[in-house]
Amino acid sequence: MRNSTSIFYNLDWFTIFLYLILVFAGWLNIYAAVYNEEFQSIFDASQQYGKQLLWIGTSIVLGIIILFIDERFYNTFAYVIYSVVIFLLVLVLLIGAETKGATSWFAIGGFKIQPSEFAKFATNIAVAKYLSTLNIKISDLKTKIVAAILIFTPAVLILAQNDTGSALVYGSFILVLYREGLSGNFLVIGVATAFLFVMALIMRNEIFIFPFDIQLDGTILLIILVGLVCALLWYLNRKSKQLLVIMIAVFIASAGLIKSVDYIFNSVLEPHQSKRINVMLGLESDPKGAGYNVNQSLIAIGSGGISGKGFLEGTQTKYDFVPEQSTDFIFCTIGEEWGFLGSLVIIILFITLLLRIMYLTTRQRSDFARIYGYGVACILFFHFTINIGMTIGLAPVIGIPLPFFSYGGSSLWGFSILLFVFLKLDSDRMKVL
Amino acid sequence: MNKRALESRTLVISVVFVLMAVIFIIRLFYVQVLNDKYKLDADNNSKRNITEYPARGLIYDRNGKLLVYNEAAYDLMILPRQVPEDLDTNSLCKLLRISKDHFIKKIEKAKAFSYYKSSIFEREFSSEEYARIQEQLYKYPGFFVQTRTLRNYPEGTAAHVMGYISEVNTAVIEKNPYYKPGDYIGKSGIEQSYEEELRGKRGLRVVMVDVFNREKGKFAEGIYDSTAVSGNDLELTIDADLQKYGEQLMQNKKGSIVAIEPTTGEVLALVSAPGYDPNLLVGRERSNNYALLNQDELKPLFNRALMAKYPPGSTFKSINALIGLQEGVITPSTKFSCNNGYNSGRFHMGCHSHPSPVDLKYSIQTSCNSYYSNVFRTIVDHYKKTETGYSKWRNYVLSFGLGTKTGIDLPNELNGFVPNIDYYDRYYRKGGWSSLTIVSLAIGQGELGFTPLQMANMATTIANRGYYITPHIVKKVGNKRVEVIDTSIYRHETGIAPKHYEEVVEAMYDVVEKGTGTSARIDSIQVCGKTGTVQNPHGEDHSTFIAFAPKDNPQIALSVYVENGVWGSRWAAPMAGLLIEKYLKGKVKREDIEIRMLEGNLIEIPKKP
Ligand SMILES: [Zn+2]
Repeated sequence: MRNSTSIFYNLDWFTIFLYLILVFAGWLNIYAAVYNEEFQSIFDASQQYGKQLLWIGTSIVLGIIILFIDERFYNTFAYVIYSVVIFLLVLVLLIGAETKGATSWFAIGGFKIQPSEFAKFATNIAVAKYLSTLNIKISDLKTKIVAAILIFTPAVLILAQNDTGSALVYGSFILVLYREGLSGNFLVIGVATAFLFVMALIMRNEIFIFPFDIQLDGTILLIILVGLVCALLWYLNRKSKQLLVIMIAVFIASAGLIKSVDYIFNSVLEPHQSKRINVMLGLESDPKGAGYNVNQSLIAIGSGGISGKGFLEGTQTKYDFVPEQSTDFIFCTIGEEWGFLGSLVIIILFITLLLRIMYLTTRQRSDFARIYGYGVACILFFHFTINIGMTIGLAPVIGIPLPFFSYGGSSLWGFSILLFVFLKLDSDRMKVL
Repeated sequence: MNKRALESRTLVISVVFVLMAVIFIIRLFYVQVLNDKYKLDADNNSKRNITEYPARGLIYDRNGKLLVYNEAAYDLMILPRQVPEDLDTNSLCKLLRISKDHFIKKIEKAKAFSYYKSSIFEREFSSEEYARIQEQLYKYPGFFVQTRTLRNYPEGTAAHVMGYISEVNTAVIEKNPYYKPGDYIGKSGIEQSYEEELRGKRGLRVVMVDVFNREKGKFAEGIYDSTAVSGNDLELTIDADLQKYGEQLMQNKKGSIVAIEPTTGEVLALVSAPGYDPNLLVGRERSNNYALLNQDELKPLFNRALMAKYPPGSTFKSINALIGLQEGVITPSTKFSCNNGYNSGRFHMGCHSHPSPVDLKYSIQTSCNSYYSNVFRTIVDHYKKTETGYSKWRNYVLSFGLGTKTGIDLPNELNGFVPNIDYYDRYYRKGGWSSLTIVSLAIGQGELGFTPLQMANMATTIANRGYYITPHIVKKVGNKRVEVIDTSIYRHETGIAPKHYEEVVEAMYDVVEKGTGTSARIDSIQVCGKTGTVQNPHGEDHSTFIAFAPKDNPQIALSVYVENGVWGSRWAAPMAGLLIEKYLKGKVKREDIEIRMLEGNLIEIPKKP
């Protein structure tokens, strides 16, 4: 056995460095977001930034513990961990506490534990274990089904908790499966379906007016647009009869999807049900009027200018115009107080971290560690995309945290575990035969 | 699928990561660097310009009695964004004592103005109402109270002089950049004419507010802030006691009383009846009360003292006597005969029975129509052309401040009317009229129309033996005497020699001592006056009286005009006497007359058949 010094010796310090910068930058911005004159001490434990400091400390301790646990533990107990978390997800539905319409918490003492934040790690480890099993081929139907069950079970349970955002995160595993050999068509179909679904929802109640007094309702317009795209794709490769057939099939399927979204929302669902779906997807955001949150968020970020208003000087943030500013909308504080340059730095840090993880996967000898690494990168990427996209008006308002940044113990712990397990696997990569 | 192909997918995924980052950076560059809209929006969110309203100037009477002061009032404000959807509308309506329809209308109005900015929901609750509402208000998020000041009139007098203030309308805002929506401006009376002195200077505080509209401190350390400067206090020339007494005498009557201190032109009282309590046009009930007053057929809002054009009747005879003397067409001993009237050819103007012939003194004392028809015609006709004589006469009349605005420092004064040559040329035809055609001017009838203020000014000019000072109602602005700041206050000369006035003054003294005006007689004061009974084709004749006292060294000159008072001696003369007594003695001894005047009711008198 090696001693602990060599554990740290093989560790990827660059990733640790990125992790620490992100976590502490997050903490500063939480301080700015909830700052007020009454509680000025940055260490005040009654305030969010004081608590976050506690979460950061415990996360680092947690990370160190993870580094000391033998790397075989994760592989061996992958399904056990997964089963425990699934059990907790069921349990939280039964006895969990309810906040803001989501039953996703256990209240233990003064703390709130959110099992869904750990389910990402558990699912990732289980998927990595399954896909790295000898003789498993993703091209087999059985493999796809098992992988789908592993991924969708926690997703459905989290959806049942009314936490749509966290459930959608599991969609990011499609990239992992793609990397492991899933046909690119699935990726394209998956993304296209999601895109059409959202577009159909957005456009179905709009009426578009064109010159010559032509009025089209959104659903029809969307179908026409899909038709034009299909025709164009075929035209570019018009010798292929096969493509013609495919394009016609795509068109019919898309039209069917769009029409059925419209039909389901108009005729099948009760008004309050369709409203709830709209709210969950951020299409009908809140009682203050459509787009209020996104608008305030854009005002915060936009008013930051090139170099920002300065630390603790953001009026949008300081005076609470931005909602959920220490959690889901933490990026507003960065945009407002640090400006374009600050935002740029944060985005570059994130992308560097993601690319670093992708790079680290290439040096793994173990399939388990490698696939686990993809999972880490894809989950972080999904959060990064949706969270920042939402604050700058490019993604629907789905409440999921910005990794390492947003206030919250469970989410910071969850992401730290996710990352440190990978670092552990990476540091022990030489042991794998 | 081979291993290499799969490894290339690591690259594909990495490229997707980078692409997303590039999209975000482009978007952020657009939002943060290229687009300026959001910076303005952030300012609008968090910067609030808070107007500091200066205290409007107070108003005192000539003896230092407070006539107008400011009282705190409370506007109920609404911020629609904070109003919950499940607001308990019924209980809030009950609390505010408004109807639900009204409530809904106001909510819609506020939302139409702005969802995110506060606006006035209901104005001007009194302190008592505020105390009651404030206790419950915490139950209704989105509603809060803002203080402002309202005018209060402790004496409840001189409503027409004071005028009132109300919110500026858009026309004013567009014309005058000082005013902002929600500001108050003087709409009539001295509130209007001294608006700029009274209003002071508005202050501004720029503060930062949070999403709940709570103040979070000064913007830019207060470099854009300015403090409010209170308005100037005014001291009026009005004697509040005299004014009130005049209003009491005129209760249940229509007409006007104007009293002036002759040597200074200071207006001591300016009564228009019927009047109203100035406190009615303050606060939440203002618009209701205004509508009621405005619909009242007795027209209480109409300031008769400055706007009614009455024929002066026989009070005008004194003027014709003065002009006759100055023109040399008569001397004090010139006599004209009167056989129950004036006859010329087929023309006849009646007079009452009195000894004949009549000299100047007796003509005024007995108010002989025949005498003044002769005097007037001689004045006009002793020039070659009627027109020359008439315009000579007219210029004398105008020199008394009659028929044109006196220039008093109150808004809406009217000119009155003394016909010019053009008027008669149009009415008859050029050369188609003579002194006989217009002889009713001799006795203050015909087309003549003077405001009660002008008639008081006429009395003033006689009292001064030949001049008057521009009448004015404000004595001091802040610490400055108004004569110093206001160049329109100066001495106007009539060009008639003082010795002629002495004749007329003596005659007017006789009027009160032994003529038509004895009901104005006061034992210890020498009162001079002239009655008038004005023919009124629409009803009972009007009763009028001009007077001044004491005869030598006059302290007060006044005109009293009582509509439908029948005889000048019946209402106007006794009232004038009481007012003079009140002003010079401080207290009225002749209580029998006082009671008769106070109890008199001329408003319900049926019209002539
Ligand atoms: Zn006579």
